[in-house]
Order: sequence, then C-alpha cells, then structure tokens
Amino acid sequence: MASGIRDKVAIVGMGCCRFGERWDAGADDLIVEAFEECIADAGIERDRIEAAWLGVFFDEQSIGKSALPLSMALRLPNVPVTRVENLCATGTEALRGAVYAVAAGACDIALAVGVEKLKDTGYAGLPERTKGTFEDLYLPNFTAPGAFAQLASAYAARTGLAMDEIKRAMAHVSWKSHQNGALNPKAHLRNRIAMEQVLEAPMVAYPLGLYDCCGVSDGAACAIVTTPEIARSLGRPNPVTVKAMQLAPSNGVEAGHESWDGSYTLTTRLASQRAYSEAGIGDPRSELDVIEVHDCFSITELVIMEDLYLSQPGEAVRDILDGVYDSDGTLPSQVDGGLKCFGHPIGATGLRMAYEIYLQLSGRAGERQLSDPRLGLTHNLGGIPNRNIASVSIFGLLEK
Amino acid sequence: MSPPGIIAYAGYVPMLRIARACIADAMAWANPSLRQRGVGERSFCNWDEDSITMAVEAARSCLAGQDRDDITGLSLASTTLPFADRDNAVIVAAALGLDESVRCSNLTSSQRAATSALGALAEGMQTGSRQLLTAADRRLAKPASDAEMSFGHGAACVLLGSDNTVADLVGSETLNRDLVDHYRASGDSFDYGFEQRWVRDEGYLKLIPKLVAKVLDKTGISIDEIDHVVFPCSTAVAAKLAATMGISPDCVSNNLAASCGDTGAAHPLLMLCDVLDRATPGQTVLLVGFGQGADAFVLRTTDRVAGNRGALTASLARRREEPNYNRFLSLCGLLETDWGHRAEHDKRTAMPTAYRKRDALASFTGGKCGACGAIQFPLTPVCVNPDCRKAHTQQPFSFADQPARVKTFTEDWLGFSPSPPSIYGNVAFDGGANILMEFADTCPGELEVGMPLSMHFRIKDIDERRHFRRYFWKPAPLRGVT
Repeated sequence: MASGIRDKVAIVGMGCCRFGERWDAGADDLIVEAFEECIADAGIERDRIEAAWLGVFFDEQSIGKSALPLSMALRLPNVPVTRVENLCATGTEALRGAVYAVAAGACDIALAVGVEKLKDTGYAGLPERTKGTFEDLYLPNFTAPGAFAQLASAYAARTGLAMDEIKRAMAHVSWKSHQNGALNPKAHLRNRIAMEQVLEAPMVAYPLGLYDCCGVSDGAACAIVTTPEIARSLGRPNPVTVKAMQLAPSNGVEAGHESWDGSYTLTTRLASQRAYSEAGIGDPRSELDVIEVHDCFSITELVIMEDLYLSQPGEAVRDILDGVYDSDGTLPSQVDGGLKCFGHPIGATGLRMAYEIYLQLSGRAGERQLSDPRLGLTHNLGGIPNRNIASVSIFGLLEK
Repeated sequence: MSPPGIIAYAGYVPMLRIARACIADAMAWANPSLRQRGVGERSFCNWDEDSITMAVEAARSCLAGQDRDDITGLSLASTTLPFADRDNAVIVAAALGLDESVRCSNLTSSQRAATSALGALAEGMQTGSRQLLTAADRRLAKPASDAEMSFGHGAACVLLGSDNTVADLVGSETLNRDLVDHYRASGDSFDYGFEQRWVRDEGYLKLIPKLVAKVLDKTGISIDEIDHVVFPCSTAVAAKLAATMGISPDCVSNNLAASCGDTGAAHPLLMLCDVLDRATPGQTVLLVGFGQGADAFVLRTTDRVAGNRGALTASLARRREEPNYNRFLSLCGLLETDWGHRAEHDKRTAMPTAYRKRDALASFTGGKCGACGAIQFPLTPVCVNPDCRKAHTQQPFSFADQPARVKTFTEDWLGFSPSPPSIYGNVAFDGGANILMEFADTCPGELEVGMPLSMHFRIKDIDERRHFRRYFWKPAPLRGVT
C-alpha cells in the first residue's frame, strides 16, 4: 500500500525574484534571479542537479513550450527537464514533479522552477486565449474575475448573508493582504489601503471591485529538493520537509450537474481532505500555523477558508472580520501579501507560496516572521469555479 | 377540400426601444424636420439579434403547443438576411429542431417577400400539409434619415395548413410593377428613397385599389363586408387609401408606428398578427403587401380565432427603452466604438467542430442519461452525474424549452461585450443540468439567484474579420413569473 509523500523529501534551497511589472527583465532573467538565490541557499553546485521541472502557463507569451527555456536559461548540464502546465496550479505541479522524483529514488537532487512573463503583451490584463474549439462556440466570453465573482452570488444565496456583509469580509481580505505586502520587499504591490478604498472601488465584475482582484505580475520562483539524509549532510539538522502534496481536478460535475450549488470549490475540499490525511493532520484549524491560499480574488479566499475546513460552513465571513487570518490572528494567511499583493505570475505562484512557507518555517521571513511556525499549507486553484485544478500542499519541519 | 389558412401566428419585437424624441434630440441639428416626427418609439435589435434570431423567436412563439413533426416546409422572408450565400432558412429550421427533410426557402429582395411567399404557399398547398412562413427584418438607417425614425425591427410567423385554422384564406391577387419607391443595392447597408408624395400618388393610391377591387371581385366579397384592412404604410397614406376605396376609417388596422415602427418585409404579417389578436370569429380581413407591385389577400376568421393570442402583445409589452442615442447607434453597428484590446480576440470558427456539434449549437441539444435520467449539456460519452458516470447511455435531449433558473451570475465590465457589462452565470435546469451561459435581454441589477429563465436563440459571436457570425442559446429572465 502506498505510504504517501510525508517526510520523504526535504527542501534545501528556495529562491524567488522580485515580482511586479518587470519591464526590465525577460523570463530568462527572472529565472536566473530566482535560481541564484535558490542555489546559494542550497549551498550546492549547479551540476549536482539531476533533473528539473519547469512550470509555465502562457507558453506563447512567456518563453515557449518544452524543456528548452529552462535548460538554456540556466545552461543546465543536459539533465532531464520536464515542462508542466496545470493552470494556476502550474508552479505547484513543477514542485510535485521534482518531489516525486526524489521520493521515487530516481534522483537525489531535483530542481523545480516556475515562471511567467505576462507584461510583455503591451496591454493590461491577461492575454485572451481560446477555450477550445467547441467551448468557444457555447461558453460565455468570461474573464477570470467574472467567473470567480459567481461564487459570491451563490454564497450569499446559500448562507443567507447580505451581499454588503460579504463585501465587508471581502474588503477585509484585500486590506489584510495589502498590510502584509507592504512588509515584503519582493511584493508587486506594497501600498497599504483603507477599507473605504476597497468598498468604493470601480466595479470589475459584480460584486468584485478593483481591489478584490489580484494584479498581473511577472515573476519566477524555484526550489531545490533532496532526501532528508542529504539535507542533513548539507547542514540542515531539521530541514523543511514535504508533508503532503495533493491535487484534485474537476471531472465536470460542477460545470454540468445540479449537485454543485456554485458557492464553493469542490476540488479544494477533495484535495485538502487527502492532504490532511497524507500529512496526518486531524484538526487543520488548530494544527496549521501559516497558510498561503489562492486569493486570485477576495471572494475566492473567503470560500476557500471553508473548503479547506478552516472555517465552519457559513462562518468564513465572521472569521475574516474577526481577524483570524490576519498576520496577528490565530491562523495567518497570505503573510507575504498573497496573489493579491505579492503578485500572480501564474507559473511561479505555487512555488512562491512554498517559498514563503519555507522562509517562515526556517525563521527567515524578516519583518513578517511569525512566532515559531511549525506547519504550513499552500493551496492553488487553477481554472474557474466551474472546472478547475486544486492543489493542497503541506510543509513542516522534519522534527516537530 | 378545406381552404388553406392560418393555423397559428405570432409576432416578435425585440426588447429594445428608442424614443423618436431621443433620435430627434441627437440628430435634429442635421435634419430639423425630425422634430415633427419625434413621436412614439421604435424597436431595434440588440447586438446579438438579427433577422435569423428574430425569425426563430417568432416561429417558436407560433409553434407553441403545435406538433412540429408534420411541417413540410419553412419559408424565411427578409431583406436583411445575414448571409448572401449560406442558407439562412436552414439555420432557422435547425434552431427550431425541424426535420432535415423540411423544404427550406429564402424569400428576399422585396418588401413583399413575405406576402409573395404567402400567396405562393397558399396556391401550392397540399391538403394536410403544414407550412411555416416566418419573416423578419432588421433594416439599418443612416443617422438623421426619415428611415431612422420610421423603421423598426421585428418578425412575424404564420403556420399555414387546412385543419384547425384561425383564419382561412378566401382568395388572393398579385400585381408586379417595377415602381422604384426605394432600393438597396446588393451589399449596401442603407436604402435610397424617392419622393414620398410621388410614391403615394403613383404607387399606393393607384396600384392597391385596383388590385383590391380585383380580389374582391374574384372572391365575391363587397368592400362593406371587410372588417379589418392591413395596409403596411404610413398612417396618412393608409387613411387616404381607405377613403379612396370607401373603407371605414375604423377598419384600418394599427400600423404599429407608435410602438415599434415599420418592420419591413415582416410588417404585413406583424400587422396581421395584431389584427388576429383582436378579431372575432367570422370577420373578413383584407391583407395587403406593397413593393414593386402589390399582393392582396382576403381572409376570414374562424371560431378558433380567439384561441392562441397574445404573442405580439406580450412582445410589445416586454420593452426596455434605451435613453442613449450613441448606444443605439453602436448596437446597430453604426458607431465604430473602441472596445480595447480584449475585443481583438480572434473569433474564427472551428468549422469542423461547429458542424460535428451542430445539434448542440443549433437546437440546444444535450443528453439525457438512459441509466439515471440526468440531463446534461453538452452530450458527452460518460454521464456527468457523480452517482452514475455510465458510458454510452446518452440520448439527445433539447434544452430549448427546458425550465431553468439563475444559479449564479455576475455583471462583467472587464470582458468584451458589444453591450457592456457582459452578464453571465450558471444556469440550473429542471432535470439536473448546470450550464455556464451568457444572459440575454437583461441589464445590471436585474438578475437574482433563483429567477426563472427562458432560452433564446441568439448571436454568440461576430467574427468581424471574416464577416461570419455564430449562434447559440442564451437565457433571459422570464418576466412576470416567479
């Protein structure tokens, strides 16, 4: 019987470039910036890397398909490189590939890189793309904010809460991330904002206003993983290890069947159940110390708190307004600013989240360091609520 | 053999209206005479409606409660068909889910397109057969023109046959005369018209009385026996025609100028729908079409005339006034609006896919699982019901008339829509299906979760680069229903 991934793989180095509108840099520059931090952190020679995974979503806009962009940017020694893509879970997929390779014993040291260069198109926002030859013929011409905004009307209908109240909690979500992002020198958005700004912002897709949406950023992040034994030999007596990595893609039920009421992300529930089981977590709300969730939009973060079984059904609004997920709350979320303020270069995002958890667990998060966190979670939601890929990963110290 | 007649009828007027005073306010600087004409309102198509979608709307209303299986022909009459060479009528037939053996024809290039078709169909009608005649027009007009004031957009449909008629066709006559009161050259957007006094005197007042006398003589009916006359022309010309022919002004039917305007090739039938909505059994109706000659018909209502009324009235009541003249122009495609980068997304149609999925796209046909009964769209090999998931159990199932409600929605100001915001959301269908769809005929602030919906055949996307348009179905709020 499979024993899962828990404690089989350690992270010995991570790097993340400064996110933002990086007019100064191409995707290869971003990769190198993140990698140099990562390899210095790991304290190994580049040629000890035996295999690599590259995550990139908008391949045409960024760096093209295949292994080549990574292999060439870093002049890797012709080791295997696998390019992966799984919507907004792409960065986590790159890490999962590297982690599984080490756990399988296929290699001792593996590299995961995620990158996205979104700001070279010459216009604001995400590039328009086809949804598929048939889907284009019947699906609405939806945008990401419009698709995620659907959660709000359904959540209001299910819980009976007034939209004004939900909007206040959504505003708190964004306000909190701006507070956190201001402390992060690598974040895209480092300005603090007032609640009124959020509530009075221009409407993007009802009920999401401008500040309910994350920005469009360039960035790259990477990780070097190995076995706990090798990690110890590299001077990490109690390394950060992977406790769980789970992925749940939709199978069409949400998009096509009445059993989904539109107010939650089914895949997050499934992936988190498996991840908690793999990591041996019984009560995530009390056992987790720090989390990074996929706050592409404020309403996403709100419903995710229930889908991750952190808030009781219908109580995310109250928990958020009570400050539970603030940096000084009982379960800090998006301490680095999240997608909202650190930024959301799609292929890099999952690894950026892991980077923050890694820094926090290692006690190296600078001004935003939490008090002695031992267990952290990252969550991605790629796609739209109707059909998506959810990933839930848990990281902790090898020895509690 | 019983005479052919009208079994069912329906008029359709798109929801949008603009007050003529609004047009005058915007354009009287260029044409001060618009001020005198600034009375009432006219209908116009939203960006996602055209003559095909309006013809489908009218036909669906007309066919409500009717068996579609014994329809043998579909005629589509319009001077504004979107395709010069692609069978427009076949698109309508497919949207209606008619059998592929139905004979389809396109009647165009005349304001008499519908009445000519009516005459030809009545003459060639086999006993027991049923023919659908649907007419629609979406004529464009230059800003500040008289046509901009007088035109409206709309459609009308009649189901013809010999059994269970609401009105029987007693007789008809036709006359062809190349009197060019106006014309529109192939490929042009706008009409070019000649002096209306000349058209009145030499056209309407000379040709129509002569033709009407002929049809009355043929049918042995005297002018006094006529209860309603349909003259698709201006109120003034209609009054003069009635006076010339000795018809009581009370018999002249409403030309709908105040509520929707002149709907072109559809207008004779649209006015007839209005007459039949008010007529009592045993009344005589004179129907006239005009354009490079004239058509005249005598109809007599039957005891069934009060049976299936109100489609046009409901359509006229279902209105939304557009207060912004520029938006009216833009929705008509007459303003080159800057839609930003997102509008540049290439809308080339993957034709082999569109063909393979034609039933899904045209008649909104999904699947119903033979094992668990769950309905679903699109139809795929494996059932979507999480408790079923059986393979190869799906039978075709049409969603076009399936009751549905709003499950979720948003008003999206970011994505491209020719009429922002783009409003879309999840739609819950009775029977278990969920589909993410774009809403039609709604506006910000209107939708609520749980609101009942009806489905409508609309333009999905317009490929400006290749002058192609594709169609799909959209839900619209079912007003007056909770």
